[in-house]
Amino acid sequence: MTPTRHIKGHFSFDRRGLIAAVLASVALAGCGASADGSGENVVAATVDGAIEKPNLKLGFIKLTDMAPLAIAKEKGFFAEEGLNVTLEPQANWKVLLDGVIAGQLDGAHMLAGQPIAATIGYGTKADLIAPLSLDLNGNAITVSNKVWGMIEPGLPKDAGGKPTHPIPASVLKPVVAKFKAEGKPFNMGMVFPVSTHNYEIRYWLAAGGLNPGYYTEGDVQGVVGADVKLSVTPPPQMPATLEAGTIEGYSVGEPWNQAAVAKKIGVPIITDNEIWNNNPEKVLGLRKDFAEKNPATTAALLRAIIKAQAWLDADGGKNRKEAVEILSRPNYVGADAAVIAASMTGVFTFAPGDTREAKGFNIFFDKYAGYPFYSDAVWYLTQMRRWGQIASDKDDQWYFDTAKAVYRPDLYLAAAKKLVADGKIPADSVPETNGFRGEQGGFIDGVTFDGSKPNAYLAKFPIGLKQGQKVTAAGVTGG
Amino acid sequence: MATAYAQPLSDASEPADKTGAASMTAPTDDEAAGMPAEKAPAGNPLAAKVKEQALALLWPVIGILAFLGAWALLAPQVDTSLGTLPGPFEVAKAGAGLYGEYAAANDAEAAFYAQQEASNAAARASGNVAAISDFEYSGSPTFLDQILTSLKTVALGFALATLLAVPIGLMAGLSKRFNAAINPLVQIMKPVSPLAWLPIVTMVISAMITSADPLLPKAFVISALVVMLCSLWPTLINTAVGTSSIDKDLLNVGKVLRLGWFDKLTKLVLPASLPYIFTGMRLSLGVGWMVLIAAEMLAQNPGLGKFVWDEFQNGSSQSLARIMFAVIVIGLIGFLLDRVMMALQGLVSKNRTV
Repeated sequence: MTPTRHIKGHFSFDRRGLIAAVLASVALAGCGASADGSGENVVAATVDGAIEKPNLKLGFIKLTDMAPLAIAKEKGFFAEEGLNVTLEPQANWKVLLDGVIAGQLDGAHMLAGQPIAATIGYGTKADLIAPLSLDLNGNAITVSNKVWGMIEPGLPKDAGGKPTHPIPASVLKPVVAKFKAEGKPFNMGMVFPVSTHNYEIRYWLAAGGLNPGYYTEGDVQGVVGADVKLSVTPPPQMPATLEAGTIEGYSVGEPWNQAAVAKKIGVPIITDNEIWNNNPEKVLGLRKDFAEKNPATTAALLRAIIKAQAWLDADGGKNRKEAVEILSRPNYVGADAAVIAASMTGVFTFAPGDTREAKGFNIFFDKYAGYPFYSDAVWYLTQMRRWGQIASDKDDQWYFDTAKAVYRPDLYLAAAKKLVADGKIPADSVPETNGFRGEQGGFIDGVTFDGSKPNAYLAKFPIGLKQGQKVTAAGVTGG
Repeated sequence: MATAYAQPLSDASEPADKTGAASMTAPTDDEAAGMPAEKAPAGNPLAAKVKEQALALLWPVIGILAFLGAWALLAPQVDTSLGTLPGPFEVAKAGAGLYGEYAAANDAEAAFYAQQEASNAAARASGNVAAISDFEYSGSPTFLDQILTSLKTVALGFALATLLAVPIGLMAGLSKRFNAAINPLVQIMKPVSPLAWLPIVTMVISAMITSADPLLPKAFVISALVVMLCSLWPTLINTAVGTSSIDKDLLNVGKVLRLGWFDKLTKLVLPASLPYIFTGMRLSLGVGWMVLIAAEMLAQNPGLGKFVWDEFQNGSSQSLARIMFAVIVIGLIGFLLDRVMMALQGLVSKNRTV
């Protein structure tokens, strides 16, 4: 693991920057970093005092990456920090979001896009923050046996006769054309309009030259001009809808891809690690006023979850088997242990008989997985603009301000630094950064992402809204 | 759907058939014919009664066994993506598994409290007051907890429905004009599904209950209100019908005696319409129990509906069997509730024809 000390940002050591840095380090107690994309490193918030609210209720959805919460409870990390936490599974992402906003849940395992969308007012408007990222990667796109049968013969194979990965979406072009010739729509599923799965499948389709559709203002369907129609399906219903033929594929987190493999109803075609290497996935979502009213509780909560994340990735994965057993209990993820293990233990199964090594399939602690980088929030915002969920252009500063309002690395650092001081986690697992990762590669289409230049990034895509474009029911206009 | 108790008012020797099942006539088998008609030995009436009850149960038992047999034969033929449909044995095993989980959860809870006591004692001994904790066990609710939650929710919803429906029904029965006024509203609101009420009720309750630690959890209130909204109609309509079909002579007697409205209500109207009210309440409870399971799935009230939805989301190879076991439990509880209401109805309807 290479510490990214060479983070390229806007390290300006001129006087203005220096004074700003001094002022920033004086500002305490969760005020967050400064108001622009410039170079001061993120400063940890100060949290002292007794736990204000030890009895907490956290919500989650039954997906493998709620693991840090389950581990924090079952291995006693919450109790160590003086917290008494109830974990309650929620019916779907909307119910979970409403539960956090209305106060029935103190916090939740959330899609990274949910606190962002709530803050900018796409959907219910509320001030939510993400002080910690739960994991990297962990999703995949699965297609039906029918579609796999159509594309598999034409795929380039390696020496062993297995398809070479990553498989670009361009292989679907003839299939989509065939469906269109027969007058049928080509439907695929994802879990929520602002979910990572939605942005990943759209990225993959667009990289392969297929249009995944645009959103008109205030609309949540997103099918304007689409070659492939995407619709929202709750994760547990995805295998059933795939079998029924209502959708030809879906983008979802585990265990639902391996569940399709186990039931022999579909074939995973690509993992999100192959779409964007080491992409940020779920976050811990809290209400902003909860964190302000209960700073010590929030810090304790974060410390417990960070310890759980470290446990999950300890020693190259020696604890993963125990984690699988815990997750397979009916009150957590509940899927069969074998299905969960198929993606949690360093391997991943694609077509029948095609199990490959996938050490980084889900990462909970390594590679700064827990740190909520501002640039991650900026990426999600750019994708929301790319597909029209953000209806009009915004300048770069808007992206930075929004990212800083939602993602709170200052709170993460307060918790992480205390754990380092207590010797619970190694010091080099906590980055020194201004919150921006710098230029990132590892995307399937080869486009690089620099979080400090969102509008320039948006201009790089052949498919996606350009500067000045808007979406109407008739199509994309302007630009 | 009123059960007819065709019973002469003066006769008290024949007990009403409480079970409501078609009563078996006394079997004319050889044994009974051969018995001496006078002075039968003391044990025989009891034996005859036991035989009568047993024969009454015979056909229902045959029906149940036939159903179980058909289920055990046909279920393995259906192959879903979660494995074959579970037969009766798998479902029974799932039930046993749920009981085992309940027992394990009880042990875990006891261990938690014991450990908390121990650490509190140590803290007190060492003078470390801050370390004393008073936490409630925060494990997931067990299957029995979920059953109790569902029962409490349906009780609240049903009570609210009755409190609302009976007075309105009485007024509608007594006043033709009032009845005409509310009739269109009742007919429009009656067919609305609980899942259509749910978002509206959720929004209203979320706006009204704003404290972070309310007396009753929001999910509980929302589920109870949805049950109320869907289950008050049978009681309302039956009460109105019962009240409007009071014998006119009785009302005339009341006018002659110049009874005040309170006396009229308690001495004339209510006694006459009670059988109808209880019929309505019995129907309402049945509807309410059905609606509750649906409402809980989305309102997140930790009851049987949430159990079913969570198991569905689990998608494990055990899930179908557990869901089926929950379905059987839901059905049995609904049956028991119906029997309770029927017993109450029987008590109230003695000496009355409906």
